[in-house]
Formats: sequence, C-alpha cells, structure tokens
Amino acid sequence: MSTENIQVVSRRGFLGTIFSAGAFVLGAQLLPSEAQAATLAADTAWHPGIWLGLEPDGTLIILAHRSEMGTGIRTVLPMVLADELEADWKRVKIEQAIGDTKYGSQNTDGSCSIRDFIVTIREAGASARLMLERAAAEKWKVPASECKAANHQIVHKSGKKLGYGELATLAALQPVPKKEELRLKSPSEFRYIGKGVPSTDLDDIVVGKGTFGMDARVPGMVYASIERSPVYGGKLKGFDDKAALAVKGVQQTVVIDGFKPPHNFQALGGVAVIADNTWSAMQGRKKLKVDWDLGEHASFDSEAYKKSLFETARQPQKQVRNIGDVDAAFAKATKVHEADYYVPMLAHAPMEPPAAIAEVKNGKATIWTATQNPQAVQETVAAALGIQKEDVICHVTLLGGGFGRKSKPDYVAEAAILAQKLNKPVKVVWSREEDIKFDFYHAVAAMHMKAGTDVKGRPTAWLQRSVFPTIGSTFDASARYGQEFEMGMGWVDLPYDIPNHRAENGPAQNHVRQGWMRAVANIYHAFAIHSFIDELAASAGRDRVEYLLDVIGTPRHLDLEAQGVKYWNNGKPIADYPLDTGRLRHVIEVAAEKSGWAKKKPVKGRALGIAAHRSFLAYVCAVVEVEVDDKGQVKIPRVDIAIDAGQIIDPDRVKAQLEGAAVFGASIAMLGEITAVNGQIQQSNFNNYRVARINEAPYVTHVHLIPSNAIPVGVGEPGVPPIAPAICNAIFAATGKRVRDLPIRKTKLV
Amino acid sequence: MVQLKVNGVAKQFEGDPEMPLLWYLRDLLELTGTKFGCGQGLCGACTVHVNGVPTRSCLTSLQSAAGKTVLTIEGLSANGTHPLQQAWKQFAVPQCGYCQSGQIMQAAALLKEKPKPSDRDIDEAMQGNICRCGTYQRIRQAIKQAAGVKA
Ligand code: FES
Ligand code: FES
Repeated sequence: MSTENIQVVSRRGFLGTIFSAGAFVLGAQLLPSEAQAATLAADTAWHPGIWLGLEPDGTLIILAHRSEMGTGIRTVLPMVLADELEADWKRVKIEQAIGDTKYGSQNTDGSCSIRDFIVTIREAGASARLMLERAAAEKWKVPASECKAANHQIVHKSGKKLGYGELATLAALQPVPKKEELRLKSPSEFRYIGKGVPSTDLDDIVVGKGTFGMDARVPGMVYASIERSPVYGGKLKGFDDKAALAVKGVQQTVVIDGFKPPHNFQALGGVAVIADNTWSAMQGRKKLKVDWDLGEHASFDSEAYKKSLFETARQPQKQVRNIGDVDAAFAKATKVHEADYYVPMLAHAPMEPPAAIAEVKNGKATIWTATQNPQAVQETVAAALGIQKEDVICHVTLLGGGFGRKSKPDYVAEAAILAQKLNKPVKVVWSREEDIKFDFYHAVAAMHMKAGTDVKGRPTAWLQRSVFPTIGSTFDASARYGQEFEMGMGWVDLPYDIPNHRAENGPAQNHVRQGWMRAVANIYHAFAIHSFIDELAASAGRDRVEYLLDVIGTPRHLDLEAQGVKYWNNGKPIADYPLDTGRLRHVIEVAAEKSGWAKKKPVKGRALGIAAHRSFLAYVCAVVEVEVDDKGQVKIPRVDIAIDAGQIIDPDRVKAQLEGAAVFGASIAMLGEITAVNGQIQQSNFNNYRVARINEAPYVTHVHLIPSNAIPVGVGEPGVPPIAPAICNAIFAATGKRVRDLPIRKTKLV
Repeated sequence: MVQLKVNGVAKQFEGDPEMPLLWYLRDLLELTGTKFGCGQGLCGACTVHVNGVPTRSCLTSLQSAAGKTVLTIEGLSANGTHPLQQAWKQFAVPQCGYCQSGQIMQAAALLKEKPKPSDRDIDEAMQGNICRCGTYQRIRQAIKQAAGVKA
C-alpha cells in the first residue's frame, strides 16, 4: 500500500487481539542502515518496528516494542509518536509487544532506542496526522490544506471539527503519504517532546501493581530452583536428592544438561528442584548433595590472574592505533610518566534477580519474563528445545533493572528446558546468591599507560595498553583479544591532540562468562585515561580544566579512518555522528562553570575532580566533589554532570538516567569487586558484593543538559564512565593519594 | 495453623510455619508488590509493616508473624493516596520501580516515628533499602516533600 517504509495494515493475525475492527492501523519499518541492508535483502518480509492503531472511539493504541527497565523508554517512544501525530496523551494506551522479528530489532541495549527509532517514529506519526487531515478534507469536501490537526481533532479553518476516532475508518483508506509530503513538527509545535510525560507505569509502581518477571504467574505452574556448577564449565558427576525430596512442598528433581561451547546464552546446566512454591524449591536446593567435575577453570584465581594481565600489559601488544613515532618521542621527552590501572570484575546485580516462566505445548513455547531482548529469548529457547524460533512466544514484563544482564536469557532457557521435560508451566527463580555467582561478568581489566611530556607538561607522546578477557568469548570460545566494539569504547577514539600516540591491546583468556554491563568497556578505559591525564596535569602543576582543554585541542572532527583506525562509532556513520572535540570541550566548560570549579579550590580533605568522556555518541563531563574524613571515609556531597546528547526528548528522564549513572559509577568506584578462588566466585549477596546505599551515594547530582538540535542519542549508559575517574581525581586533590586500583575502599586514604 | 491479618483481612496458613512471610505474600496470597531482592535482610525490597514496625518479610517466618497484623504496599492506602505515594509520583522517583514498594513502606514507617525527619534520620532509616537504579536523591526529596520539611 506504500512505496516506502510506512503502511496501512489490515487487522489480521496478532493485530486482531490488540486492535478492534475499524481501527486505523499503521505500521512503520525502521529503514535498515547500509550495513544491515545486505543481510536483510534476502528477507523481503515487511517488519515494522512501530505500530499504532487509532480506534473508532478515539483511543490511540501504541505498541511498545522496547523493554522497560527503568529508562522510561516504554513511555517516551510512544510519547514522541503521539506528539508528532498531534494526539492527546490522555487517550493513548500503551501495549507491550511480544518478541517478534516483525518489530525489527527489540534488543534494548547499547543506549540505542531513541537514536535508532526517533526518525521512523516521527515519520509514522506525521503520516497518520496527514492521513487524518486528508480524511477530514474528503468528508467535508474541502482542500486538505484547510484542515489542521489539533489535539486529537482535525479542525477546518471555518472552525468545524472532527475527532480522530470519527475519522479512523476514513483515514485508513487514504494513501500513505510519500516522504516528501510529510511535514514534521517544528520544535515550537511540540506538545510533549522536550517536555516529557509521567511514565505510564508510575501509578502502578507506587501501589505495588507493576508486573515484573518475578511477579508473573500462570495457572498450574511449578517453581524451580537450580543448583549449578560452582566453577564455570564444571560437569555434573552425580547427586543425592534424598534430603531435598524430603522438604515439604518439593515434588521432584530434574537434571539440566551442561552447555556446549561457546556458551552463548545457553543454560549453564545443573540440578533443578521442583516445588509448590519458591521457598520450598530454594530449601530443597540447599539440601541437594551434588558432585561436580570442576574442570579446567577450577584453578582460576583472580589475584594470580590480575598479575598475569599486568605481565601482558607491560609487554608490547597488538597495535590498534598508531600515529607519529611514540618511542622516538619518549626518548626526547622532558619527563616520562608511567602508571598501571586496574578495574576488577563486576556483577550487574539488577534489583530483580533473573526469573522466567515457560510453558511448552505441542512443540510451541510460551514465555513470560523480564528480558531486554525478547528475540534472543526466542532464539535461545528454540535452540534449547529444538524447535523453530517462530514457535516461541515471548511476553515481556517490566524489568526490575537490566544493565545488560537481562539481554542474556540463559535463565529463560532453563525454564523452557524444565517446562518441556515436565510438560507443565515452570517458573525459574534465581536467588541473589545465584545472580552474583553466575553472572556474565563485566570484564576485569589491566591497563598500562605511559606518556612523555614537554617543558610545559603537555604530552608529546602517549602509549596506552589494555588487557581484558573479551565479551567475544561468549560467542567464540577461542576469542582472546578485544573486539572492535570494545576497542571503540573509549580506547582507539582517544580525543587528545597528541602527535605521537599508540593504543595497544593484549590477549586474555576468560575463566567466567563475560558480558556487557552498563557502559561496558568504557568503564575501564575511561578510568585509566582520565586518571592518567589527571596525573599528568598534577605533575605539570596545572589547573585540570585548563589542562584538559589544552590537551583536547581545537574544536575539530577526529578522522580516525585517516589514521588507519577501525572505529565502529556505535554502528553509526561518522559523517552523521562525528567525533567532535568542540562538543567535548563544551561539556567540560559547562560542568566546570556549573560546579563552581574556578572558585572551589581544593583544601585538605575536600576537593573537586573532573573527567570527560564521549560514549554511545554522547558527550559527558562529570565534576565530583569529595570529602575525605580523618578516618579515610569518602563522602560525595555533590556531582555536576553536563551532557550533550543532541536533542533532548524527555529532560526529566534524561536527568534521572544521569543521577542513576552517578550512583552506579560511585558503586563501581568505591565498592564493587568480584573475585574468584579455585574458580569459584567469592561474593554471594549485597553484604560482600556491595553497591551504594543512600548514605554512600552522591548526596545530590545536578544535571546540565546542553541545548542541541543534533540527532538525539541515548543516555542510559554515557553517564557512567566519567564517574569513577572523577571521584579518584577528586580524592587525589583532597588527599594526595592516587587510587589506581578499584575499588577505592581497598586503599587506605589516610 | 498460623493465623494473621494481611491488609485488614484475616488469613489462615496451614503449611510449613518456617516459610518466610515474603513467599507467603507473593506465592500464596499473590500480593506481589512486596519484592524479593536478596532473601537475607540486606536490600529492603521485601519491607512490610508487622504490627506497624517496618520488617524484612524475607527473614520473618510465618510462625513469628502469627497473631500479628501485616501491612503491605497494596494496603498502604486506597488508590495510592498516601502522601509518600503522591510525593513519589510528583518527583517521578521510580526508574525500574522494583525497589520502590520497599522504599515507600520503609519511609512510611519513618514518617510515623519521625514526622519531620532530618537528612541524618533519612540516611539512618533508609540505608537498608538498596536502589540499584540509584534513585536515592529523589527518594530523599520525596520523603521531605511528604513530611513538609525543606529540601
Ligand atoms: S529481600 Fe528481604 S531484605 Fe532483601
Ligand atoms: S528503581 Fe530500580 S532498583 Fe530502585
């Protein structure tokens, strides 16, 4: 019905359960980028990510195809659509989409929901608006140019009006406008964009009614708690379930086979205890006696591993960026500086531990779960059960936090395997201990940094070398080096104006499952780079802000390709999303000004620290104020964050993400550490895997949004990377102690 | 058999009296507003009031709740009209929302005891409640708003 990516759709199949007869249903497909086009070419099916349906009673139903884990995306994308359609938000109903390739990618990850969908969603809204205007014109027999949409009505210049609902049927018969005919709203016409609306789930959440994965239930379901190998890759030798079966409420035990490498998102394998309720299942599991062949990773010791990573980091390694002649410049430098930085393994620890329900009937699986990626659920479950992914229906609940953990549906595979074996619905519930011990961990990283400086203390040569086990090992058991996306997260894209520069990366073998966690490789790269530049500034005796701006240099677009660097730029064309040092400078200037940088000179025990980092295409500068008391206790009375994320869609949700990022970053800096002895994770719950509490978190975070007309980008992650280095830089200014090894609590500050 | 009152309704439980109140509320009564976060009294997500006292339901056996009055988030107010629930909405406190039932129940108990809490009171009362999304500064603002004290 259209030549482009937007179509009117007849109500059929799954749509029939959502939209009523007579609804005007429009679908809009995200146009594939050039890179995707080749793979999609073979697949000619039309896969609209965006669906809206205008009911004859005027209700506007919008399908949310992204997962809600606290960013507000389930509200914000529909809000954009409603605005462009000139709809009344009070008449919008949001329906959560199931997992299905017909929605295009649903992987709610990488801070990409806004940036990937904003254009399509606005075009869909503008198309529907124009079709409603044309429908009214036809009804009134007047030129369409005399009809204008205004708050859920079409108004003729004579003053007569028709409600959207009354026009639904007629609008559906209009040809879908061509792209050239569309008129997107100008900013002055925005009703909700740039202002925001309350989250659609807010009312439910404050009364305890929101349904999370942990809260879902289906009739007849049983509960499962699973004992897994304490060492990654261990194999089940045997088990004794007598005591487990004696627990009241326990029904039986079931073995889940171990995974075959690469582990991907497969179930880890183990022994499941099936019971009438969660507690009985957990009690039964504790009574299991299981014998494991712990396998090759049983000798993994995180202290020894740390040493080996640093041994690698002190030797020349694979070059991923090289300009000028670093070694010659070191020889000529006035002063040479070297430092090593370390960030330990970290666990995601979303507030809601993993949980999933599966039901398998007649070769088809139905899933209810908290997932960031329902299509990965379809693929993982299909592979686990030996069925087609189209035969997996994945209902997406609210997520009690995700941070990347819930894009890896191993827990859903467990539920599906059990449901198939038992032939009844099964709910798998992870305890916090399981969540901490069987995570896809954020990688430990060792970084060696070296710089040569001139008489002014400005670097003339810079060498950076990182070593960490790659996330690539999830998909390829032999992967040892950082992948292009990991190198592209704050490593090969160092924005400093230094004539001689080399970035390197060394190999490391994984001994646990590695996974992406909020801000991913940016976390350790940012820690090393922004700590080291602070050390150089300190050595030069220069003001940090002045020094940073000097080292970044003039406003310009970095051309990494010209330097022979493979740079992914978050999968986006560099022409549309340049690496712009001008924008980076600007967030530094704004954060400095708003934090009162120039006036607040460091005193003993109280100082500011700064770090600025571009990630996920957004520019962020954090200024953190710390207080260190005479016992070495650190408090963070204030954080100022300036962010340039292009056009801002919902300012309050952006602020909330950055306030949250400051707390998440503070947890990484001050508290978090996962260690292993004999291949076994040593932490188990919030007593020994610490995250910031209200009395430890920054007392207040002020967020400063840079007004911009640039294409909007995501804000879920980019707030995290600058926090840890800014805290450590502040601690140095306040105490003279340089923390190079996270978490800070391991260093005695006084 | 254990008898208790949940949100004003009398209940009888015939099962294992060692079962924590948390799982009774969630799995048997289907009151899932009370959340499971750690099971060890470390996160506060499971906070309810037992005889008016903020209590970690994950560590409270049914036996120890026998004869007592339990209030959960579902029973805190009719239609979310408690001043804290309103303040929570006004400041858009929740991100994922998972910790928020426990936060609100803990804060409600605080305000009953200290209607005008200081920052230190808030730190002391609320530090057992983890929010992994990091909504602490808004939690503090909302408590102060509901209490009518200056931010
Ligand atoms: S679940 Fe009870 S305190 Fe965490
Ligand atoms: S709002 Fe997500 S844990 Fe608190």
